[in-house]
Amino acid sequence: MTTTVAAAPAGSGGTRARVARVAQRQGALVILVASVLAATLAFDSFGTAGNLENIALQASFLAVVALGMTFVIMSGGIDLSVGSVFALGGVLAAWGSRYGTLAALLVPLVVCGAIGLVQGLVIARGGLPPFIVTLAGLLFARGLLLLISDEGATTYKVPPGSAFRELAQGGLLGIGYPIWIVLVAFGIGGLLLRRSSYGSTVLAIGGQEDAADLMGLPVLRTKVIAYTTCGVLAGFGGLLMASYTSSGVTVLGVGMELEVISAVVLGGTLLTGGAGTVLGSLVGVLLLQVIRNVINQVGSLNSNWQAVISGTILLVVVTAQRWLAKVEGR
Amino acid sequence: MSERLASKPRSREKPERPRRRRIDPDWIRRNGVYVALVLLLAINVAITDNFVSDATLRLQLIQVTPVLIVALGMALVIGTQGIDLSVGAVMALAAALIPLYIGYGTGVAIAIAVLAGGVSGALAGTLVARIGVQPIIATLGIMVAGRGVANLFGGEIKSIRDPGMVALGSGSLLGVPYVVVIAAVVAAVTWFLVRRSNFGRQLVAIGGNKRAAELGGLPVPRVLLTTYILCGLLAALAGVLLAARSQASDPTKVGLLVELSAITAVVLGGTPLSGGQVRIAGTIAGALLMQLITATLIFHDIPDSTAQIAQAVIVVAAVYVQLGRRKARP
Repeated sequence: MTTTVAAAPAGSGGTRARVARVAQRQGALVILVASVLAATLAFDSFGTAGNLENIALQASFLAVVALGMTFVIMSGGIDLSVGSVFALGGVLAAWGSRYGTLAALLVPLVVCGAIGLVQGLVIARGGLPPFIVTLAGLLFARGLLLLISDEGATTYKVPPGSAFRELAQGGLLGIGYPIWIVLVAFGIGGLLLRRSSYGSTVLAIGGQEDAADLMGLPVLRTKVIAYTTCGVLAGFGGLLMASYTSSGVTVLGVGMELEVISAVVLGGTLLTGGAGTVLGSLVGVLLLQVIRNVINQVGSLNSNWQAVISGTILLVVVTAQRWLAKVEGR
Repeated sequence: MSERLASKPRSREKPERPRRRRIDPDWIRRNGVYVALVLLLAINVAITDNFVSDATLRLQLIQVTPVLIVALGMALVIGTQGIDLSVGAVMALAAALIPLYIGYGTGVAIAIAVLAGGVSGALAGTLVARIGVQPIIATLGIMVAGRGVANLFGGEIKSIRDPGMVALGSGSLLGVPYVVVIAAVVAAVTWFLVRRSNFGRQLVAIGGNKRAAELGGLPVPRVLLTTYILCGLLAALAGVLLAARSQASDPTKVGLLVELSAITAVVLGGTPLSGGQVRIAGTIAGALLMQLITATLIFHDIPDSTAQIAQAVIVVAAVYVQLGRRKARP
């Protein structure tokens, strides 16, 4: 039964529709490969192993957050609080690292998870629009951040020699831990989505919540889990960033929610919910990161072009998505 | 729907329930914002020193104008069941254009800045009305790109020394600051549009039920397009007024998070996010209430952090109260 639910949104047959479906799902991947190839040819410094690892490492912080957002968006919701929660996670981790690595890990995950949990409960039980609740969450987390940093510090240092720094600065087989973490996390996320009843319930809720409810699927629980996970992962992203930079910076993450949502939508997840892939979000994040890197490579180009190009790509992709959806007959 | 089924037999048994009527929840929903505003005013008169003074009143009115003007445009968009996240970026863009064109004369610079808002609104409207992109995503893309464009044009903070702009920002008509006069005119025109014009009736009909409006032969795309253009024009006007008052434009700061304040003002004022209604007087009261909350906290030296948390709670509470209406009248 669960597999039928997951497969339900697939459109009708026909070659045109099938091509459209592939284009919608893999469009970002095509753009990513094309821009990586173009950048490698255009800039000598782009294709180097060092630069590519740098891109992957920089992308990993965003990717962790995007994974949580993917599930929330697939369930038909949205989480605008992730930027603030990311910053909160980082500051709490840096603060906690004074009391040992365990505190550095647990404090941010618990606090950020709690924020996600409350948001999930208010959305699922109270029936309030996710947009508004997480908007309030954004303000709340930012307020909390200001409250705990009222000694005037905008930056919390991780004590030198703390083992916590290893988490993002160390590596395995020459590849940084954050990249491994992202690979494992997305692997688990993909399995959860495609192979577990939780994943199919998420898709069913996003497809049609009333129907999922009538079928007896645990709508409330699934939504709460999605928002809680999103909060935990946003906090974890901040934690990783704190470990990487050895500091928790309070002003981080402003506007990050938009970047994350862009990445998820670029990756082919429908904002209306009910369809999408976990891997697509990873592609979306990488695409944004490659754009950023290319703009840095150009050097003479004003860094504000990054926002202009990211926004334009988002608009082009959603326009293409709509057009393809029409072709597909949805 | 199940509620209606469940409540029917009960209402037959007890046709009259006068006790429940006395605290009519719908009345609170409609007029809660005015009650809250009056209450908060009364509290301030009682406990805040120097609150009842010409200077305080003037300052509060001047400070609320940008958000109020943006909120009026936002109310129109929300009335169509849409949302516009790009208003803050449009404000920044308009403010950034002023110093660039001020050499051609004050009027020319203002016209170009306001027109830029119209162009941005036209883009959002086209994406939403013609292509069918979700409003939140279309305006999200414009928000990201627009802030980038504003930064490209504006660069760093620029001061505006033009006498025309200075007069606009700090002059007054019969003792009422120009900016307040302009806000009042905008409010009156918006009210007229919504209540007395064909356009307003069509807008509300589309927000109530787009499909029905389409079938009824209303020019849905044209009305939606016009609505987003109006919202863009008003956001740009707010940016111009802000630049005139501060005699400077800082594209990274102008209009930051204004979309959230505007949405909150609209929702507090009783316009449902589900569309189909526009409450202009409520929106004005909502903006004033938000301003007064912020001012009250500042007057009493309550830190920014607590203010933000308070705002978060207010947003959720306001929407929760609204939600009751949607349930009551499905």
